[in-house]
Amino acid sequence: MAMAWIWTFMTVFSIFCAVLTGRIDALGSAVLEGGAAAVTLCLSMAGILCLWTGVISVMREAGMIRALSRLFRPVLSFLFPGVRGNEEILSAISSNVSANLLGLGNAATPMGVKAACLMSRASGKRATDDLCMLVVVNTASIQLIPATVAGVRAGLGAQAPFDILPAVWFTSAMSVLAGVLAAKLLSAVWRRFE
Amino acid sequence: MNTVSSLLVPVIIGFTAVYALSRKVDVFSALVRGAGEGLTVMMKIFPALIGLLTAVYMFRASGAMDLMAQVLSPLLGALGIPPETVGLMLVRPISGSGALAVGAELMSSYGPDSTVGRTAAVMLGSTETTFYTIAIYLGSAGVTKTRYTIPAALTADLTGFIVAAASVRLFFH
Repeated sequence: MAMAWIWTFMTVFSIFCAVLTGRIDALGSAVLEGGAAAVTLCLSMAGILCLWTGVISVMREAGMIRALSRLFRPVLSFLFPGVRGNEEILSAISSNVSANLLGLGNAATPMGVKAACLMSRASGKRATDDLCMLVVVNTASIQLIPATVAGVRAGLGAQAPFDILPAVWFTSAMSVLAGVLAAKLLSAVWRRFE
Repeated sequence: MNTVSSLLVPVIIGFTAVYALSRKVDVFSALVRGAGEGLTVMMKIFPALIGLLTAVYMFRASGAMDLMAQVLSPLLGALGIPPETVGLMLVRPISGSGALAVGAELMSSYGPDSTVGRTAAVMLGSTETTFYTIAIYLGSAGVTKTRYTIPAALTADLTGFIVAAASVRLFFH
């Protein structure tokens, strides 16, 4: 429903602003341009996007998620102290993180949800610190190759669509770090008030 | 730096192919199957993008976007964020296709290689649809009390936005 409100607000507020600032003609042509722009955008980014989902499918069939998730095990015990030793949850979380890293959103979500369900069952439907951490790690995306964005850039004629990669990695790392620190800090604060 | 990131994607593709072939995966069929799945994803976001880009184009043409940017520019200026990206930051945690529409419009009006365009791209690539993710994870786990999940996740988003602007300045000037 949130999008219904936002979309309606955007259109009504645009009409209001256009009437006030005398840009009614521009508004009229914007309505005609928007849909066309969506068609161009989709067609121009389809190439990279589909190529990448293809590469990702090769990674999945070659078992690269499993190979990668072995690398994450040591970090996980720091982030999720409460599930130490629980093999089922740990393997779901590490697959979730590795799938996210490779950009396999469709594979990451079921594994993350599985981990979340196992955690909440063990805690009696409470959002434990570990469960909050799992959600925070998933909301701060860590993606090796942001294919959709690169596709948009390529479609718009960027010189090197992937030249934003270092900036994206650095930003993702900082954002995850901030999320993890905030979660650890807030967990202490919350415990005091509960 | 540029050569490295240009080389990276082909190398990942090549490595994946060799690794998969060594594990006796039919690389080409898997690639084609996956590309087909990509097409399904495109078909799903396409109708949403038509509606959203229309709203975004109206918002830009009417001057509403400039108005919003102007109102928030002192605050964003202090954080080093280009005020033009304000719409993107507001939509990003709520709707994935909405953020894509707003970001794509920014990249096309300012140019994909401009500071604003690059900042928008980095913001899109390094953050997630926070509220949607929270709803899916906690919803399917049957948890109703979210405790500190939302403030912690929004801290990550805000940090992402600030660092996106800073890293574009750092890497591209």
